[in-house]
Amino acid sequence: MAWEPRLIVIACHWCTYAGADLAGSLRYSYPPTVHIVRVPCSGRVEPEFIAEALRRGADGVFIGGCHFGDCHYKEGNYKAIRRFKLLKRSLTDLGIQPERVQLEWISGSEGKRFAEAMTEFDAKIRELGPNPMKGGA
Amino acid sequence: MSKPKLAYYLAGGCGGCDIAVVDLSEALIDVALAVDIVFWAPTVADVKYKDLEAMPDGSIDVGLISGNVRNSEHEHIAKVLRNKCKVLIAFGICAACGGIKGLVNLHTTEELLDKAYVNTFSTDNPNKELPQTTCVVDGKYELTLPTLMYAKPLDEVVKVDYYIGGCPPHYEHVKAAFTALLSGQLPPPGSWITMGKAVCEVCGRNPVLKGKPKRFATEVKRTIDGAPSEDGCLLEEGYLCLGPVTQGDCGSKCPAANIPCRGCGGPIPGVKDYSLRAISSIASMFDNEDLIDQIPDPVHLFYRYTLPSSFPYKRLKS
Repeated sequence: MAWEPRLIVIACHWCTYAGADLAGSLRYSYPPTVHIVRVPCSGRVEPEFIAEALRRGADGVFIGGCHFGDCHYKEGNYKAIRRFKLLKRSLTDLGIQPERVQLEWISGSEGKRFAEAMTEFDAKIRELGPNPMKGGA
Repeated sequence: MSKPKLAYYLAGGCGGCDIAVVDLSEALIDVALAVDIVFWAPTVADVKYKDLEAMPDGSIDVGLISGNVRNSEHEHIAKVLRNKCKVLIAFGICAACGGIKGLVNLHTTEELLDKAYVNTFSTDNPNKELPQTTCVVDGKYELTLPTLMYAKPLDEVVKVDYYIGGCPPHYEHVKAAFTALLSGQLPPPGSWITMGKAVCEVCGRNPVLKGKPKRFATEVKRTIDGAPSEDGCLLEEGYLCLGPVTQGDCGSKCPAANIPCRGCGGPIPGVKDYSLRAISSIASMFDNEDLIDQIPDPVHLFYRYTLPSSFPYKRLKS
């Protein structure tokens, strides 16, 4: 069977998850390779979550949060981007393809943007191929 | 009642943890009288490997292993000790998480051998001769050397009952650990022998302990940039201190001497992957995301003592 990517999307409850919901209501299609995990806030996402997903064989991890200023908890997304930037720098230095992880702000009204982002992410991971860490767990 | 039997093995370490035990000073006399040291190689007692291998399985009460597993000899003795010891302890951060010498995993063995034996400025090796694992002397004596492997923490090779952090563990920590061991007051197997507090909780510089709020850092500094204030938090001043996620059994000695915590104590309870948690904790201490780009060399900072036990190396190289 041909390889199909498995993408983990960690979506903040207040924005990106609502965006995913809207994408569904509006009948926008996006790839079935996407598996959404809902978290209260993008600031809840520890680098360990991303590592665990990659370790268990996810081909890409996408984190969705609220736009700056929109965070339900005021500053969660600011913390998310700081952690994410540092994690991405470290992963790059350690030889992990940094494109496998992505952070983006998608609000609850951006259903179309959510579908587009998923399609783009899926295409990018297909280009990168399977996660080399797959099967190592 | 016979005395508990103690074995100690220095694997891929520097001997610093052995010195930490000797640093017990007068307390060492009590410990030495209370236990029967049956094996301590290669630093203290002269017991041969074959004598250790001849001991019955499960005959040693406590085995301590310091240093990471870096070659086939370390792996072999670690497995032998596992069979002989009732309780096996990863002693020091190298055995527990890979240690500073675990950073070798960033390079290939070829690169390392080349650097050590060929390409260093002071090395004279025109034929590029490298150490061999076997060699025949006088046509009849075959000598062998262990094979190098990627650095691994001890628990990747054998089951470990307890972990003790520190590079090396502070002697007060060692004393507390030995007291716990001899009195049988041990935590559940698989845990770290620690008081469970972070460096920050015992740090004299922590503003929270003085009833002041903790502020974000507004700049990134290296230890060579100026001098920190007398009693202010190093992180607030921009020095990259790993105190928030590191066990404080050392008593926060480095921050007291103006040096930011480097994380040798190992993860505080509840943290599985030290390096990733350190990245998370330090990143959220900064005032804005542009400062993150100014952090020099994140890998050697956050993975300094824990590279072999942290993602992604734990899986990639094992």
